Amino acid sequence: MSHEQLPKKPNAAEPWEIEGTRPLVEIRGVSKHFGDVVAVEDAWLDIYEKELFSILGGSGSGKSTLLRMLAGFETPTSGRILIDGKDMTAVPPYERPVNMMFQSYALFPHMSVEQNVAYGLKREGVAKAEIADRVAHMLDMVRMSRLAKRKPNALSGGERQRVALARSLIKRPRLLLLDEPLAALDKKLREHTQFELMGLQDELGITFVVVTHDQEEAMTLSTRVAVMNDGRFEQVGTPGQVYEFPINRFVADFVGTINFLACKVTSCEGGRAELESVEAGETLHARLEQPREPGSTGWLAVRPEKIFISKERPEGDSRTVLRGVVEDLGYFGNLSVYRVRLPSGKILQVSGQNRVRTARKTVEWDDEVFVSWDVGSAIVLDE
Amino acid sequence: MKKRGTGLLTIAAFGYAFLYVPILSVVVYSFNDSRLVTLWGGFSLRWYKSLLENEEILGAALLSLQIAVVSATVATVFGTIAGLALHRIGRFRGRTLLTGMITSPLVMPEIITGISLLFLFITLSDWIGWPGARGAVTITIAHITFSMAYVAVVVRSRLAGSDESLEEAAMDLGGRPLRVFFDITVPTIAPAMISGWLLAFTLSLDDVVIASFVSGPGATTLPMLIFSKVKLGVTPDINALATVIIALVSVGVVAAALLIRRKT
Repeated sequence: MSHEQLPKKPNAAEPWEIEGTRPLVEIRGVSKHFGDVVAVEDAWLDIYEKELFSILGGSGSGKSTLLRMLAGFETPTSGRILIDGKDMTAVPPYERPVNMMFQSYALFPHMSVEQNVAYGLKREGVAKAEIADRVAHMLDMVRMSRLAKRKPNALSGGERQRVALARSLIKRPRLLLLDEPLAALDKKLREHTQFELMGLQDELGITFVVVTHDQEEAMTLSTRVAVMNDGRFEQVGTPGQVYEFPINRFVADFVGTINFLACKVTSCEGGRAELESVEAGETLHARLEQPREPGSTGWLAVRPEKIFISKERPEGDSRTVLRGVVEDLGYFGNLSVYRVRLPSGKILQVSGQNRVRTARKTVEWDDEVFVSWDVGSAIVLDE
Repeated sequence: MKKRGTGLLTIAAFGYAFLYVPILSVVVYSFNDSRLVTLWGGFSLRWYKSLLENEEILGAALLSLQIAVVSATVATVFGTIAGLALHRIGRFRGRTLLTGMITSPLVMPEIITGISLLFLFITLSDWIGWPGARGAVTITIAHITFSMAYVAVVVRSRLAGSDESLEEAAMDLGGRPLRVFFDITVPTIAPAMISGWLLAFTLSLDDVVIASFVSGPGATTLPMLIFSKVKLGVTPDINALATVIIALVSVGVVAAALLIRRKT
């Protein structure tokens, strides 16, 4: 996957790691109920200046409601929202230093591109000459100057997205909220726009909060990700933390692909656990962050790319090795994905980089193979 | 192009003939030189001329136009407010009932609307001494009550098809609610408001039943006048008048239809 190859910015310390940094957005115990329906329940979250923060969740997870509360379109049932240290809980949307890019883009159909972008400045009472300057500059930035006089319905999806972005950035908000910013674009355009968004954010130094259901998008874009489920945050962390150190089965499953093997802890000593698993058909080992009670059940989780597939039994005693049969394989050019059936009937998904240039497959359908992983690559999770 | 059966075409031709031949004959005979309505005596504009000289008819036409303009305008304002309210005030108990109730004047027989409004005016006049005499004002009020239902329905359906995040976006960009209403909401529903106005205007210009009930001595609208004149036999100048009204109404209806159909 592409996000693994992206170089991380060399930061000495991230703002959320420095004690005493004032967050730009503080969400303090916010809940939102619609009648009997709980949309958001007791959410606590700090977002720091210049972050590109993603709220990741499925539909109905409460992510959009949370965003709408930041924008001021919904008032929390309880809890408080602070932006730049000021309590914004009861401040109407038109008085917040926040702008939003809507999923539908919500471009005003009766106004031209130019008028759409100028609207925010006009309402602010900025002088005409300055409006013209800033609009021209902004349209230049999103490469829409050529189409400034067009009406929104004469634009393509990608062009509308850029106009919507320009319109929401023109007031130079402290915080920009983006609701599924790339959902309406096709795949190629989405990848391209992703990097454009990151570039713009870097250039303008505005804090972005992105709501998305697309985990790949969240991983690529973000400084940090909050995984939301049933109105609560399951985990908040950097893409790497969320991917490699998910705190529960939901997060592990929602972010990327992962294999689960049901297991029972037989012994646990010095951060190393011995596990019994019927599905694996063998005794497994794993390193634990926190000790677990012998006898407790859980899930051993391994990502497909951490698993090595081979026809000969691999060497090394720090590896877990299982036997299986290749049930299915998919060739993607840069990598191949295998579905390996263990003797118990459990299917493991394995992916491998195709490092050697060859037209012949080294592993074929119905081959007897060994799948193995380093003990440190597996994690043990609760339900 | 696909060939259609001649049978179907014949049926369609008869259908349209049934609808339009009577109207066309009125238009044609309005240019008849003969004094006898059923006998063609050559082309002439004399009935149009005599129409222009008939003060009674002109007075009634002017009154009808005044009533139509005022009632359509007031109905558009009230109907728009009602349409907005029904759309905006989320779900509440009895919303379906209220929505249904606002459309009931559309299906209510005019004669019932007429009688009930007449009772209302009589009762009001007993209780509070107003309206003292029935006439143009009571007709206007009556027309507003039933035509605002049409406006409300048209505006509501326009709002139902619009993107609600438009208003949120405007508010997000610093527009206060009233400002957003005029910047975004009004342009969005403007086509519905105009077509609603035209509809109300046409309805008012057409109405004879309700006006007959709620009018008083001295206030005779054009349809009322025609109706009473026809009782004594159709004269050719009525044909001319009818042609003028047909022209006005068709322009109104066509304009309303075009505006309803037009997408933003």
